[in-house]
Amino acid sequence: MNSNSTRLAAALAALLAAGVAPGALAADGTIVLGAAVSLTGKYSTNGKNTQDGYNLVVKTINDKGGVKVGNKHYDLKVVYYDDESTSARGAQLAERLISQDHVNFVLGPYSSALTKAIAPITEKYKIPMVEGNGADRALFTQGYKYMFAVLNTSDYYLRSAVTILADEAKKAGRDPKSLKIAIAIENDNFSQDVRDGIEEDAKKYGMKVVIDDKLPADLNDMSATLTKVKALKPDALMISGHEKGAVLGIRQVAAEKVYVPMLALTHCDSAEITEKFGKDADYAFCGSQWDVSMTYTDRWFGNSQKYAAMFKQAFNYDPPYQAAESTASVEVFADAIERAGSLDKDKVRDALAKTDLMTFYGPVKFDATGKNIAKSMVMYQVQHEKYVVVAPAKWATAKPIYPAPTWAERDAGATVGAK
Amino acid sequence: MSNLGVLIDAPILLLQLLVSGILVGAIFALVAYGMALVWGVMNIINIAQGEFVMLGGYVVFYLDRAGVHPVFGIPIAAAAMYVLGIALYRTVIWRIVDRDMFTAILATFGISILLQQLANQLFSADIRTVPSRLPSVQLAGGLMTVPEIKLVGFAAALAVGAVLIAFLRYTRLGRAIRATAQNARAARVLGIDTDHVYATTFAVNCAICGAAGGLVAMTWFIQPYLGLTYTLRSFMIVIVAGLGNLSGVILAGAGLGVVEEAAGFILGSEYQTAFIFLLLIVILVARNAMLARQRRYLK
Repeated sequence: MNSNSTRLAAALAALLAAGVAPGALAADGTIVLGAAVSLTGKYSTNGKNTQDGYNLVVKTINDKGGVKVGNKHYDLKVVYYDDESTSARGAQLAERLISQDHVNFVLGPYSSALTKAIAPITEKYKIPMVEGNGADRALFTQGYKYMFAVLNTSDYYLRSAVTILADEAKKAGRDPKSLKIAIAIENDNFSQDVRDGIEEDAKKYGMKVVIDDKLPADLNDMSATLTKVKALKPDALMISGHEKGAVLGIRQVAAEKVYVPMLALTHCDSAEITEKFGKDADYAFCGSQWDVSMTYTDRWFGNSQKYAAMFKQAFNYDPPYQAAESTASVEVFADAIERAGSLDKDKVRDALAKTDLMTFYGPVKFDATGKNIAKSMVMYQVQHEKYVVVAPAKWATAKPIYPAPTWAERDAGATVGAK
Repeated sequence: MSNLGVLIDAPILLLQLLVSGILVGAIFALVAYGMALVWGVMNIINIAQGEFVMLGGYVVFYLDRAGVHPVFGIPIAAAAMYVLGIALYRTVIWRIVDRDMFTAILATFGISILLQQLANQLFSADIRTVPSRLPSVQLAGGLMTVPEIKLVGFAAALAVGAVLIAFLRYTRLGRAIRATAQNARAARVLGIDTDHVYATTFAVNCAICGAAGGLVAMTWFIQPYLGLTYTLRSFMIVIVAGLGNLSGVILAGAGLGVVEEAAGFILGSEYQTAFIFLLLIVILVARNAMLARQRRYLK
C-alpha cells in the first residue's frame, strides 16, 4: 500500500513537473484560459475593451457547443486578474495564473509593455500565449516559442500614410524625394516602433524627416513642436502617442491653426476624435488594425458586421479594434486546441504554430517568431466627421483627400455649411 | 542646432514661443499659488495638488455635458473643490499640520493615489476634453497664433493672483492667515482660531486648483493620471519664487513656460523636461551661493 501511494505521488509529481496535468482542466469539461488585463490604471479603458472582447467570444463559442477535443466538448472559461496597468504586477499575475491556478493557456494583456512583462513568464513555463494587444516589434526578436500575436506589429500603423503621401505627390507631378515629413511621438516602445516604420518607408521614397520630436510622457502640451512645424512647413505631420497623442494632436493643430497637407495619427477611434472635435478632426489619417467594413468570414460570428452588432448589443458601444483582436485571440486558441485534439500544452503550441485560420478580424498565419503575417493594416481618413477606409485599395470606400484644405478654407467652408 | 537657424531666420517665431510659454506658464502659476499658500501657512507640501486640478477638470467636464457653459462651470468647480478641501481637512489634513514635513508628504501622497484611483473608477481612464468654443487669434500671416482660451487662462491667473493678494492683505481672515503663517502659537494666544484658518487655507487652495483644472480641460485634456505634471511644475515654481511671494510665482511660472517652449523648440521636446530640471538645479545652486554671500555680510 505504502509503496503504491508513493508511486502514485511520484507519478503525480512527474506529471506536474512536466506541466501536463490535464485532469485539472478537463475535470468538468471546461478549458480554463488565464488573463491578466488592465482593469484599473492608465490602460483601463483598453483593458476593458480587451476583457469585453474575450468575454463575448467565450460566450459565443460556448453557445455554439464549445470546443471539440476528440469526441468531447469543452466549455471555455477565462480567469481574470487586474494587472493595474503595471508591468511588475502583470508578471506576478502571470506567475500566479500558471503556478497557482494551473492554467495551461494564457491570453494576452493589453499593451506592448504588459505583454513584454508576461511573455518571459509564459515562456519559462512553456505555456502557450495568444495575444492581440502587444504590437511592439521587440516582442518578436526574443526568440519566443510560446507566444503568438494575431495583430500587425506597430511599425505598420503609419507606413501606408507614407505610401499615400508618395502616391499623391506622384499624381500631382511632384517627386516624392522633395517631400518633408515631421514626426512627433510619445516616448514609449509602441510609438518608437511607429516612428521607425515611418522613417524606413520615408527613406525608401527618399523623403526627408525634418522634425523628429519625442514628447515627454508627462508633458501635455506640444506647442513647441507645432511652432517648428509652422516654420518648416512639412508635407505631413505624423503623431503617435496612444489616445493622448491623438487628442492633443487634433486639439492643438486646430487651436494653433497649424497647416499641414497631411496629419496622420494612431488610436483615433478609441480616442473618439470625431466625437470630441467634430470638424476639427476632418482630413486626419488614422492607422488601425481592423475595421468593421472588412468582409472576412468567421466561423463563430459570421462576419465583422455581425460581430460588431453582437458586441454593441452586449456592451453598448461599438467594438474598437482592441476588442476585435482580443476576440480573435480566443478564436485562434479554440481552433488550435481542436486541431491538436488534445489539451496538452505542447501539442496545442505546435498546432498554434501551424494556424491558418480566417477570422472576422482577418486571416491569421504565424511566422517563426509568432507574429501574424497574413493580415494587413487599415488606413482611415476622417471625411465629413466620419471614418472612411482609404487603404488598402481592396477595402477602400473612398479616395484619400490630399492635400487637406487650409484652415482659412476650412473656416470659410464651415461658415457656409452652418448657414 | 539647425532649429536655432530657423529661429534666426524667422524672429516672429521667437515671439510665438515667448507668448505660448507665458500663457502655458500662467496656468502652472495658478496651481503654484495654492501650493505656496498651503506650504507657507501650514508647512505642508501638498503632493495631491495635481489631483485637485484633475478633479476640477472633471467637474467642468461633467457640467459641460449637462449643458452648463464652462464660464459658469469653472466657478462651480472651484466651489465644489472648496467643499472637498474642507472635507479633506476635517478628515486627514488637520492631523498633519505642525507635524514633521515628511509625514505631510506621505499623507498627501496617499491622498493623491486615492484620488487618482477613485477618479479612474468613477470616470474611467478615457481622455476627456471640454470644447473651449473660442477661436484663435492669428497674427503675422498665420506665423503667430494665440488660442483665445490660453488668453483666458492667463487673465484668470492674473485675476486670481490679484484677488488672493487683496484677500490676504485687506480682509480679516486674510490677516489671520498671515498671522498664523508667521507664528501659529502667537496667533492662537491672540484669539485667532487657527484650526479655522488652516481649513480655509487648504480649501482655498483646492478651489484655485479646481478653477485651473477647468482651464486645463478646455486647453488640453484631462485624465485621472495627469496630476503629477502639475504637482511637479508648481513645486518647481514655488521653489524658484520662494514662499509668500505671489507676484514672484506668476513671474516664475511665465519664465518657466518660456524656457520650456524655447528648449522644446531648439533642443527637441525630448529634452524639454530634462532642461527644465537642470535649470532648477542651477537656480538653486546660484541662489544658495548668493544667500551665502549675504550671510557673510551679516557676520
